Amino acid sequence: MANEFATTDDAPLTASKDKHAAEQAGQTLIEPKGDSLVGRAVTINRPAAELFAYWRDFSNLASFMENVVSIDTLDAKRSHWVVKAPAGKTVEWNAVVTDEAENSFIAWASEEGADVPNSGRIDFREAGARGTVVTATINYDPPMGVVGKVIAKLFQREPAIQARRDLRRFKQLMETGEIATAAFTQEQLDEERN
Amino acid sequence: MRALAWHGKHDVRMDTVPDPEILNPRDAIIKITSTAICGSDLHLYDNYIPTMQAGDILGHEFMGEVVETGPKSTLKKGQRVVVPFTIACGSCYHCGKHQYSACDNGLPADNQDIAQTIYGQPMSGLFGYSHMTGGYAGGQAEYVRVPFSDVGPIVIPDGVDDDKVLFLSDILPTGWQAAEYAEIEPGDTVAVWGCGPVGLFAVQSAFLMGAERVIAIDHFPKRLELARKFGAETINFEESAVYEALMEMTGGIGPDAVIDAVGLEAHGLFVDNIVDQIKASTFLGTDRTHSIRQAIIACRKGGRVSMPAVYGGFVDKFPLGAFMEKGLTLKTGQTHVQHYMPALLNAIMEEKIDTTFLISHRMDLEDAPKAYDMFKNDQNNVTKVVLKPGLGR
Repeated sequence: MANEFATTDDAPLTASKDKHAAEQAGQTLIEPKGDSLVGRAVTINRPAAELFAYWRDFSNLASFMENVVSIDTLDAKRSHWVVKAPAGKTVEWNAVVTDEAENSFIAWASEEGADVPNSGRIDFREAGARGTVVTATINYDPPMGVVGKVIAKLFQREPAIQARRDLRRFKQLMETGEIATAAFTQEQLDEERN
Repeated sequence: MRALAWHGKHDVRMDTVPDPEILNPRDAIIKITSTAICGSDLHLYDNYIPTMQAGDILGHEFMGEVVETGPKSTLKKGQRVVVPFTIACGSCYHCGKHQYSACDNGLPADNQDIAQTIYGQPMSGLFGYSHMTGGYAGGQAEYVRVPFSDVGPIVIPDGVDDDKVLFLSDILPTGWQAAEYAEIEPGDTVAVWGCGPVGLFAVQSAFLMGAERVIAIDHFPKRLELARKFGAETINFEESAVYEALMEMTGGIGPDAVIDAVGLEAHGLFVDNIVDQIKASTFLGTDRTHSIRQAIIACRKGGRVSMPAVYGGFVDKFPLGAFMEKGLTLKTGQTHVQHYMPALLNAIMEEKIDTTFLISHRMDLEDAPKAYDMFKNDQNNVTKVVLKPGLGR
């Protein structure tokens, strides 16, 4: 990646120890929306086309994104998100697809007035016999800045934790057709999912 | 239903809890007919394993009758099945390579965080074994919910007694894998540390795989007697110096392969020490890792080390120098139960393997708390307890 931060390090920006990593990602990958950068990669034993198609229908995402209350499709590019926040609150925004390539990637950014300004991209890269590497990169501005981030983390609603768990659930759903649970009654399962 | 629940150190109780239900398409509900207490259950009993919660239902060696199935289960009501202790999806990359205990999808997403932090990647789920292995309710109960029932459970033909096949759930495949990992060649001498169920099955398996001699090491006379029955020579480490004995018995060469089947009893999972890192050096710096150290020192040059023994954390005083200088090979890991079950069931049906010798006690499930106490305090006489719901009625 040719830029002023270029080094002999091929690691992704999301693993960078450099505090300017978020800013750099904004220059190269996605629209700049804040100082927090999250990245997660997971390999899923399914074809990229199948994963892309499932993800691109945003109404599907609530099935594995635990903190999502609802996603309403507004038009081909825009959707309205309602997401759980700490202390029983919710945050909302409109997301717009800023760029995409079929079976390859989807990039999005929140519109003006978002409770939590955010942007990101989800990449699907064919990985031969291993399936598809799915990488989520999210750039966001936590509410109440660093304090909000710490509070969110306490309540396990921090985007880094959520992204990691959501991608695992996506993998489970795509590979096994279900999302693993240790509950043994419907009541326990309902509690777990709320 | 009635179930054996953990409430704290040396406190397990029979509780009345809700019956399990089908929650996912591939689930099945099994009515338990036989369920064993594993040596590793004693570590839960002794409160060595972190992430236990009061009320957790224990048990990971069980079998029973299918009473309910989800729409994607391949089982049928009325079938008798043995259930592997490892919960694996059968569809991920690792399951595709038959590395079932490394399944990507066996653990609920949230529970994967702990193993990911400690081990680098999350492992498969396990029944009845703390929340870091998924928090799944175990099989020391009247009923159990079995996820991925189209992949794990193996159907048992009618007329085959529970006691003959129950150990397919864990300890027989574990002993077999341990011997397989020792990569035995004809004429080999294999030394096995620990004559608990896994060690004894490893002794049996090693002979079946062509070992010329097997030397079994323990200090419980009854267990050494059992090893001897299978043709093993024995060393009682309370009576003899193990390294010296092994060197003499092998003409100064050392065993070609060594198997450490002690781990759980002597060592515990030790994850508590990772969580409480402060204690690590004092807790782990004791003789608790003695068997693996002794095995490495005794093993012949260029030999193989197989370690079915469970370790969870860090060890110090690991003889890395001896391991490197002698060019040893180490194979280890949780058992890929699903991989071994069909062949081992055949071996049982053909009477090449008999596991019933191990069972010293058969008790009613209601007596499970008493059984734990007995197992903990009389390991010489109590080699294996099998609990059967309704046995006493």
